[in-house]
Amino acid sequence: MKKILEALEKDARLTPEQISTMTGVSVAEVKKAIKKAEENRAILKYKAVIDWAKLGEEQVWALVEVKVVPQRNVGFDAIAERVYRFPQARSVYLASGAYDLAVLVAGKTMQEVAVFVSEKLATLETVQGTVTHFILKKYKEDGEIFEGGEETKRLPVAP
Amino acid sequence: MSKSGSINTKLSQSYISEMVKRIQPSGIRKFFDLLSSIEGVISLGVGEPDFVTPWHIREAAIYSLEKGYTMYTSNKGTLELRTELAKHLDSRFGLTYNPDSEILITVGVSEALDLAMRAILNPGDEVIMPDPCYVAYPASVSLAGGVPVQVPTTEENNFEITAADIEPRITQRTKAILIGYPANPTGAVLSKEELTQIAELAKRYNLLVISDEVYGRLVYGVEHTCLATLPGMRERTILLNGFSKAYAMTGWRIGYAASDKEIVAAMTKIHQYTILCAPIMGQMAAVEALKADDSEVEAMVRDYDRRRRIIVKGFRDIGLSCFEPRGAFYAFPSIKVTGMTSEEFAEKLLWEEKVAVVPGTAFGQCGEGYLRCCYATALPDIEEALKRMGRFIKKHRKT
Repeated sequence: MKKILEALEKDARLTPEQISTMTGVSVAEVKKAIKKAEENRAILKYKAVIDWAKLGEEQVWALVEVKVVPQRNVGFDAIAERVYRFPQARSVYLASGAYDLAVLVAGKTMQEVAVFVSEKLATLETVQGTVTHFILKKYKEDGEIFEGGEETKRLPVAP
Repeated sequence: MSKSGSINTKLSQSYISEMVKRIQPSGIRKFFDLLSSIEGVISLGVGEPDFVTPWHIREAAIYSLEKGYTMYTSNKGTLELRTELAKHLDSRFGLTYNPDSEILITVGVSEALDLAMRAILNPGDEVIMPDPCYVAYPASVSLAGGVPVQVPTTEENNFEITAADIEPRITQRTKAILIGYPANPTGAVLSKEELTQIAELAKRYNLLVISDEVYGRLVYGVEHTCLATLPGMRERTILLNGFSKAYAMTGWRIGYAASDKEIVAAMTKIHQYTILCAPIMGQMAAVEALKADDSEVEAMVRDYDRRRRIIVKGFRDIGLSCFEPRGAFYAFPSIKVTGMTSEEFAEKLLWEEKVAVVPGTAFGQCGEGYLRCCYATALPDIEEALKRMGRFIKKHRKT
């Protein structure tokens, strides 16, 4: 199972036949393992990592620190859910330290992000305060380097 | 070329020593010039990882430069690196080498190989080695005044050199056996049982064994056995290894030799006059490679394994018989169905389909009918190369 998912995590477009060859597990077994992983949401989704900036698409990202008051019985989960239901909140983490929730917010314009933070996030009942850091440049996301990745400069023929 | 130019060439040729003239230039390099003149080539002709050295290792080297580590080191290499290596060999194989006297840091395994040969050979001494084998093996013996004696290995025997094949070639002049498993170019490995038989032979005939284990970390579904761990072999083995393949550090040129202190002292004597010491930046980087945990190495090995399986199946699917390589990052398919020689095939393939491979004959007579194909190559490139080669085979198939 681990071998199969490791191959898929590197390249989600691999076919069950390719994975079967790569791992030595039969095609039927590979299909079964993938199906099972999809069913129990070990595989959440298949998607592409896109550098929108390269396409000239304006996209504004902000890292928002959110300080909240935890609630009896549900702790941070209830407020986290209130936040992550918003499609503008692209990633939501509970963090240790000076604040509680780290929220990555995306929008088309700075205005759109600002409105979301001030009107939706900051106004939630248990939210005590927010600090918004606009992202100026993306260098690396989820293991992928945006500009000039780790490509080898080796010669085409060598001993 | 002007007339005077050719006269000069002739003149300067007359200065070249007879021994160097006798040595063939590497069959791999010959291909390189041809290749660089063609566009859009997919190369399976490389002999190094397609990973860049892990960042933590590069970062450690940069830090050492910032700190001003730019000088010579001890001839033997920094004590820190030798100590880390001794620890590494102990934890990995249970081998005890004294970092003060039994380990020498060299400029890649290449230098260590050269030193080993020069340290042990008298003129005319024979060294037994497999055919095909890495290009430097016979040359290093000849350059040291020795005589390489090659033992043919075949696809039917998984390109393994066996004690039974070695024994009839042992003479009064035989000094040593030189092996390198996992093997470049075939990807063959030797099991512990096979190594034990070779070890027994070495003991019976009182031979040294030089064991180049630079691909020792890159094995798939089998265990690598270090020759020096076998009973009675530590004192008659010159263990050669380095950082190039396991840690993707080819350009740093750091290798080492570990052996009995008399042998290491002899090798150090040559090393101190010819090389002085291995570059300090590389040594600093190598220390970091050894100190860190192995997760990046293991991830690279798993990645090679996935591509290994794809390329082997790919060759078989297009009708080439391909022995299952269990180590290194080469596949060694047979092209006998085309009736072409390895060189003809490689050259034609390059012109017609723009795929570069290394003819098996670059590694010895027994490489005839085979190609060395490196799968340390991006997966889409491997698949495209297989497609092109499939087309080529269809066109040129004889049987």
